[in-house]
Amino acid sequence: MIDTLRLTAEEAKRLLEAREISGAELFAAYLGAIGERDQELHCYLHVCDDPGGEGIPIAVKDVIGTKGIPTTAGSKILEGYVPVYDSTVVERLKAHGLRILGKTNTDEFAMGSSTENSAFGPSHNPWDPSRVPGGSGGGSAAAVSGGLAPWALGSDTGGPIKQPSALCGNVGLRPTYGTVSRYGIVAFASSLDQVGPVAKTVRDCAYLYSLIAGRDECDTTTVELPQPVELPEEADLKGLRVGVPKELNEAEGIEPGVDAAVQAAIAKLEELGAEVGECSLSLSVEYGMPCYYLIAPAEASSNLARYDGVRYGYRADAAERLEMYERTRNEGFGDEPKRRIMVGTYALSAGYYDAYYGQAQKVRTVIKREHDALFETFDALVSPTSPTVAFPLGARTADPLAMYLCDLLTIPSCMAGLPGLNVPCGLSEGLPVGLQLIGPQFAENTLFRIGHALEQAIGFDPVPERLR
Amino acid sequence: MAIEREQLLHVAHLARLELREEEIERLEAQLNDILAAVSKVSELDLADVPPTSHPHDVVNVWDQDEPRPCLSAEDALANAPEREGDFFKVPPGGAA
Repeated sequence: MIDTLRLTAEEAKRLLEAREISGAELFAAYLGAIGERDQELHCYLHVCDDPGGEGIPIAVKDVIGTKGIPTTAGSKILEGYVPVYDSTVVERLKAHGLRILGKTNTDEFAMGSSTENSAFGPSHNPWDPSRVPGGSGGGSAAAVSGGLAPWALGSDTGGPIKQPSALCGNVGLRPTYGTVSRYGIVAFASSLDQVGPVAKTVRDCAYLYSLIAGRDECDTTTVELPQPVELPEEADLKGLRVGVPKELNEAEGIEPGVDAAVQAAIAKLEELGAEVGECSLSLSVEYGMPCYYLIAPAEASSNLARYDGVRYGYRADAAERLEMYERTRNEGFGDEPKRRIMVGTYALSAGYYDAYYGQAQKVRTVIKREHDALFETFDALVSPTSPTVAFPLGARTADPLAMYLCDLLTIPSCMAGLPGLNVPCGLSEGLPVGLQLIGPQFAENTLFRIGHALEQAIGFDPVPERLR
Repeated sequence: MAIEREQLLHVAHLARLELREEEIERLEAQLNDILAAVSKVSELDLADVPPTSHPHDVVNVWDQDEPRPCLSAEDALANAPEREGDFFKVPPGGAA
């Protein structure tokens, strides 16, 4: 009997290699779990048949293009779209024998923090189905924590890998900008978008990252990794210096239970031998949100211009072309993409460009410099990933600005293009709390090392209590 | 600065979005809230700070100009809402 709630990808790999289980049995076990629990959790927008083979199954966020498998980005405007080529990351998964279980739910075009903006209905948190799994990649995070996939690929623009991982109690990496190809990914904000792994353990997360990272000639923003990925083994953190940015740890809105779990984990870092010191990111935290909510919508308004009803996706009936474009886009896009297209178009329009987009790009330089300066003293920074635990469905949908605050703590490092790792560190009100480790560019190995040591020391049980 | 109805409709036209009446009213309020929040970036005096358009320093990546296989016309048209032969078909242009 395969226990999909507990099985890590590493253990699955071992069992397959030792021929203790077959590839078909393993895939069938996940399909069985999906059949049992996905009606409640709604992690998947599309479930695949077993393509055969002996590789580990994986779930893929629905913004990632998959040849012959529908890819909707959670939007009605892409309903029925079936890519005719694989994204580079999917090509790499297949080259390593991995088999796609299905496509996971996402906020429409990855715009959101709860999956409630999906045109196909929200996903639910496996720890408490009346609550959100976070977003935009809530489907991937909920699938991993609910035992509906051993691991998954997510995508991240302002926090959508780390934040759902925090809310669902799994490990998620937002890689350094430029280390993972975006070729074949539905674009949202191109100077921010990144693909990254979601897993049950830090070692699984590191291994999956090693499979997808590296230069791709189809995405000229990618680079080779300066060092190969190392699977973490060490249990101590001697010689590492970890900074605790005051503003990320004391931000308004951090729940007391979240604060308590994260501060206890920071004390553990010291017990494990790390040198821990306070530091400051005052400008990044104060100006990160407004900077993000100018740059991301501006880039989105440009990227989403391609959905015009001509080459693929939804087309509305209309007698004339301009009418066809405008109606297609109005009927095809949901509220959040429309809001961001409007904000972005306005911020880029004549007379406002310098005051909004131009100024936001300069703020981005300030954020990058502030982080760079800290990495002269510290190897990594630590804070809560999300200010709150998973919130009830519907609690924030009425107020877009309240929803935007979910990503308050993850946005600054995203603006600077830095890697971040979410590691579960405890429970508050019976729901998972995650902490984020932020490193300088290409410091994934350091984050894996710290995350792994912490994971061992904390002994967090990733299986939702109600499913144990 | 506040967005008013006329400007909102102008921006919607630039973005090729036909908005319904109730959307216009809702968006007017929401956009003004969002713009008030993001306008915070103007508090900083950044006259001497260069912009960052991209978080790392890769510039001008060149490639050899060599022909390689690409999508067939059939594949490229596979998702077309409407086609005629090897072309995407669209309604005629109106008075724009």
